[in-house]
Amino acid sequence: MSLLEMKDIVKEFPGVRALDGVSFTLEAGEFHSLVGENGAGKSTLMKVLSGVYPVGTYEGDILIDDTVRTFRTIRESENAGVSIIFQELSLVKELTVGENIFLGQAPAKFGVIDWSRLYHEATVLLQDLHLDIDPRVLVGNLGIGQQQLVEIAKALSKNARILVLDEPTAALTESEVETLFGILRKLKERGVGMIYISHKLDEVFKMSDRITVLRDGKTVGTQAAADMTRDQVIAAMVGREVGDIFPKPDHKFGDTALEISGLDVYSIDVPDKKLVDNVGFSVRRGEVLGIAGLMGAGRSELLSGIFASWQGRYSRKITVGGTPATISSPADAISHGIGFVTEDRKRFGLILEQTILDNMTLAGLQKISGRFVTDRMRETIAANGPMKSLRIKANSTMTIAGTLSGGNQQKVVLGKWLLINPKILFLDEPTRGIDVGAKQEIYAEINRLAKEGMAIVLVSSELPEVLGLSDRVIVLHEGHITGEFTRSEATPEKVMAAATGNQ
Amino acid sequence: MSDEKKSILSGQTLRAYIMIAVLAMIWLYFHWATGSIFLTARNLSNLMSQMSVTGVLAVGMLMVIVSGNIDLSVGSVLGFAGGIAAFMVTTMEYGLPTAILAAIVVSIAIGLLQGALTAYLNIPAFIVTLGGLLAWRGAVKWLLGGSTVPISDKTFMAIGQSYVGPMAGWAIAAVAIAFVVFMAIRRARSVKELGLGEANYTGELLKSIVPIGGIIIFIWVMNAYDDKGVPIPVLIFVAVALVGGFLTTSTTFGRYLYAIGGNADAARLSGINNKRNVLKVFALMGALTGLAALIFAGRGSSATPDAGTLKELDAIAACVIGGASLVGGRGTIFGACLGALIMASLDNGMSLLNVRDFMQDIIKGSILVAAVGLDMAGRKRS
Repeated sequence: MSLLEMKDIVKEFPGVRALDGVSFTLEAGEFHSLVGENGAGKSTLMKVLSGVYPVGTYEGDILIDDTVRTFRTIRESENAGVSIIFQELSLVKELTVGENIFLGQAPAKFGVIDWSRLYHEATVLLQDLHLDIDPRVLVGNLGIGQQQLVEIAKALSKNARILVLDEPTAALTESEVETLFGILRKLKERGVGMIYISHKLDEVFKMSDRITVLRDGKTVGTQAAADMTRDQVIAAMVGREVGDIFPKPDHKFGDTALEISGLDVYSIDVPDKKLVDNVGFSVRRGEVLGIAGLMGAGRSELLSGIFASWQGRYSRKITVGGTPATISSPADAISHGIGFVTEDRKRFGLILEQTILDNMTLAGLQKISGRFVTDRMRETIAANGPMKSLRIKANSTMTIAGTLSGGNQQKVVLGKWLLINPKILFLDEPTRGIDVGAKQEIYAEINRLAKEGMAIVLVSSELPEVLGLSDRVIVLHEGHITGEFTRSEATPEKVMAAATGNQ
Repeated sequence: MSDEKKSILSGQTLRAYIMIAVLAMIWLYFHWATGSIFLTARNLSNLMSQMSVTGVLAVGMLMVIVSGNIDLSVGSVLGFAGGIAAFMVTTMEYGLPTAILAAIVVSIAIGLLQGALTAYLNIPAFIVTLGGLLAWRGAVKWLLGGSTVPISDKTFMAIGQSYVGPMAGWAIAAVAIAFVVFMAIRRARSVKELGLGEANYTGELLKSIVPIGGIIIFIWVMNAYDDKGVPIPVLIFVAVALVGGFLTTSTTFGRYLYAIGGNADAARLSGINNKRNVLKVFALMGALTGLAALIFAGRGSSATPDAGTLKELDAIAACVIGGASLVGGRGTIFGACLGALIMASLDNGMSLLNVRDFMQDIIKGSILVAAVGLDMAGRKRS
């Protein structure tokens, strides 16, 4: 008897068959990973399970304990023991940990909340998970990692027997990931079945009992993790054998394109705290400079400080192409030929409800289209360039950006910056949350741009990515440069040692 | 290319067709209910004049709303600017040009002030202009000492009440049609010049038939009312709407407004100066409010302490009925103008039917909420 069985699930959207007869089983106490490229149907399948797509909008059956269940709302699936932790956290930052855990189900008599009982139960729940979090603290004051753990406590307060985790480690540090995994192991012992969605195959292999691969809305296969290799899983995900996903570099370095000295970036909340402290570096034409470091080391702040998009205080000296440059706004940076593919494409990169065209021509609008009066034809021609060269999958440039998959959205952001014809390109987490195929294409593009003589500064949390793409790596630790390595010197061990401040 | 057309049709164009259909239904209903009074040249001419003030305000408001802001002060500023013009002409006996200039300059200055507080001091536009709503209403009461200032200057009254003759109307039509044809030819030619294919002159000209027909019918109907021609306030409104349409669809400024309203962070990081553009849009709103004030005062031949009260809400309602989102980033001038026309049609039709005052308010309020409710339901489904 399986804890959960999903049988021949078919879910159609206008024009797309998102799930095409997917079957999936989960045993009690099992850790079952669900992998696949973005758009493969993982999230859709979980939305069917959780009642986000109510019964009747899909075909097929959901069985829990061998009984067919039909969910019309998320509430109904929660009552049946299904709990989902989404990629974007759904906690209310202005409420306390305890209030969040019992949000919508607070212990109450006649609508009056029994606060002491609420906090008592929250404390018990947190202790049970060996979490050292005060339930009376505002969630907004916790780090992302702890918030993630609160989210899990919240799921357990609903007596979840089936726990779905959608990319839960995307924002966590390694030690937080370890804490999370410790808790998940404990839940496993208690018989909770877990469905784990992640792009991080290391984690998938470390934790999983079984792995199910989805591709194009179909199940490619389900196997015990022990019987599979990483390469097999990747091949199953993309439907082809992938060689080394990093391109072979043959960059020729030219003159210094950008030189930074004395870069200080101050915290917005704590005005005297330096997030980046007296950093200096240079990058040559045709070179990919990687910036490694842990979460909070000041990597994004470093880029924002140079690009003048940082909203707090900052100071630095900048030389572009050998001449001193004054950059006091993003527009200045752009006019000096600097492009900035920002992190978090949905928040900082795209206007989701606008078309690919509108998004792509935004940064270079006055050059592409006209200083005051715009010209749609010229813009269309311009946007069709990256549309083809980056192989963006969409009907046309008039497709709404928000409807694209993560990989294609990322390509639109990249395309936007290519359209300003940059000499220097900053990339901040350019492949976060996108599938292997799109990653590989973006890697190839980065390599091609460097080969054409562009100077590239790459920030990424994924160490293999930094090491695989960069000609030179500088490592940040708490706002300071703690290491610099050439491609041949840079090993994961050395970089991690510098990133953690152990030299 | 066919995909492109389909996606456009299913979005805003479809919406515009639905709105035109709704307007047509309202008109036909009133025509039937009023015993064939509503759709006469005389009434349509009046209707257009009545909507001109709200229409001019709605054009400015649409741009403010698209940028993710709101201006609640326009009714009070309208009263204040009209008060200044009337006070200068009647009480202080300045020349009309000076008075007009003063009213517009003051309105722009108010727009700049409120825009600066919003953009550079980060005070929410809702609060800044809510303060403005109170303060500028106070200012006009102070200026006029609580009494009505009559306007006897003929030219001033003409701004609100006069007509351009039928011949002038046809001359304007001729120019407008020539422009439409010119644009069609230019579009066809640029397709060829940019190497996107052959120039399709016939196709582009065929597409121009609808606007050309609209222009002819419009002038014909306006002229049909006792051979008076197009009312001057209507002419001003149409000109404002065309400029607004051009700004929002065909300039970098317009695109920046949609970007800022759609995602302020993404806009800023793309090199757009959000603050300056927000300042500009408030200044523009101020200028249009000043213009609307002159029409309003001219129509009423007076400035009163409570002139323009609740006008801001009419303008906002017009934008929202026309599909604008108060969150920003979405809305069209065309929609806002149709929204203003729908609101004005309801006012006009219900007055013809002698619907009691309070009932008119209740009906208008309900229709506003229902229109947006239906729109939301429609969006959810798609």
